Amino acid sequence: MKSKSRSLLVQKIALHMVLTPLAIVWLFPLWMMVVFSTMPDHGIFSPEIVLWPSAEFAANFRNLQADTNFIRAMSISITVAIIYTTLSVMLTSMAGWALARYRFAGRAIVVAIILGTITLPFAVVVIPQFIMVAREFRLANTWIALIVPPLFNSLGVLFMRQAFSMMPGELFDAARVEGVREWRIFLHIALPLARPTMAALAIILFLSSWNNYLWPLLINSRPNMMTAPVALGTLIGLTRVSWGGIMVGAVLLTAPVLVVFVFLQRHFIAGISAGAVK
Amino acid sequence: MLSRNRAAYAFLAPYLLIFVTFWLWPIINSLLISFQNTRVNPWRFSLSANWGRLFGDPAFYNALYNTLIILVIQVPVMIALATVMAVLLDSPLLKARPLYRFAFFAPVVVGEVAYAAVFRLMFSADFGIINKLITSVGLSPVSWFDNANAAMALVIIAITWRWAGYNAIILLAGLQSIPDDVYEAATLDRVSKFQQFLHITLPLLKPIISFCVVLSVIGTMQLFTEPFLITNRGGPGGGTETLGLLLYRQGFTSLNFGYASAIAYTIAGLAVAISLLNLMLGGEKK
Repeated sequence: MKSKSRSLLVQKIALHMVLTPLAIVWLFPLWMMVVFSTMPDHGIFSPEIVLWPSAEFAANFRNLQADTNFIRAMSISITVAIIYTTLSVMLTSMAGWALARYRFAGRAIVVAIILGTITLPFAVVVIPQFIMVAREFRLANTWIALIVPPLFNSLGVLFMRQAFSMMPGELFDAARVEGVREWRIFLHIALPLARPTMAALAIILFLSSWNNYLWPLLINSRPNMMTAPVALGTLIGLTRVSWGGIMVGAVLLTAPVLVVFVFLQRHFIAGISAGAVK
Repeated sequence: MLSRNRAAYAFLAPYLLIFVTFWLWPIINSLLISFQNTRVNPWRFSLSANWGRLFGDPAFYNALYNTLIILVIQVPVMIALATVMAVLLDSPLLKARPLYRFAFFAPVVVGEVAYAAVFRLMFSADFGIINKLITSVGLSPVSWFDNANAAMALVIIAITWRWAGYNAIILLAGLQSIPDDVYEAATLDRVSKFQQFLHITLPLLKPIISFCVVLSVIGTMQLFTEPFLITNRGGPGGGTETLGLLLYRQGFTSLNFGYASAIAYTIAGLAVAISLLNLMLGGEKK
């Protein structure tokens, strides 16, 4: 018995000896992001090793605001993410409901197409999407251009479809017998039951909109309609720019989603692993 | 029954409208554009302007080579690391589990631009913290942005940091779906932990690992932000230019939509081919 508990102890020590250095390496870039955001530029570009925050966060923020109007960019990003998430959850829930609960002609084809698009890279649609939205619709630098084209989301539909198909069918049939209309059944019975799934999906969608870079970079390049990642990206690589300011921008982009992540970790993980495990 | 089906189409309609407008039509259109010379006005059908050019273009082969190198090195390293993370995080012996989970999963929510900025600063040649740490132990500093191999290594390090935790989340969910009694029986038979991992965990995890590989392949084939922002537009001198970056330069810097569409279809074709190959290899051994 004694040797068993000792071997457990050895295992425990070995486990932590692997995980702790790995965790420190993994946390290091995030920690340095915070440290850099509080350092004056001459401190960032000095030969000393600085691993502890200074007190220049506010000054760096003012530099950032002078380099690019970051507050405006942040408010555009927040607005877009909220509207996008709301619309996308609505669209994918409705479609997921239709695919889970009705036997209609063409259903198998729709499911096959949605599954097929999962393996299609965005690269293959980005050029014609850009031509269509910017040149044919003349919608570059508009809210619609930021919000509507990314609304197609295949994983979201599959996620919602699974949630709806796991609900007991008698529930809906009973309502139908009483003459309740289809859209009322969806709105008042199915949706409330799917709330946890919708929450997980909403978090993932919000995050993807908040962090989206390539499409907003292409379609909204005018400074007064830039999202926060695009605005920050334009500063990277410039020569006369405040790096402390850029780091403040990075912190402002990261901190809110990290806080959400810490408090809603369960939903996050559910959303990410949904695609893999049935 | 008929009205019920009509309801189904109504529920599906808005989603399908978005799909047809912003995905289906662009996918078809992209193929059509790739057969047109878009550098003349009006655009004209031409086989050689894009597809002919692609197979003789050194810039394409350079981008293809860089992309495949990143794929071949980064994906296995990251999946192996993610598997280690997931298995260790799943251990019942682990203390302070939330802290470790935070460390590995936090990069998943960090945006590409934010982390690109940090990595660029950390790896800066003269005053970067990484080179300061390297020289402080007596080694010579690495010119991460001027040496093509070092720049490739930097891109690989950055993507691995950003995505290992994402894969670990998926793998961890897979691990937790393996019933405990499988391990209990093995432990009773005095099978060592490592043997258990090799002969029980890995085979059962294989479909999930396959899924992770497919996702990573699709991501790597269109890799854009990291070489764009961290190694400064695919620098040094095209040393980290990827297919995604070449597509961006041709499509949105040179505004040569036809050639960019041919590149886009090549990316998609390769992604699908490699994914299918992986699924076939994964399914065969089972």
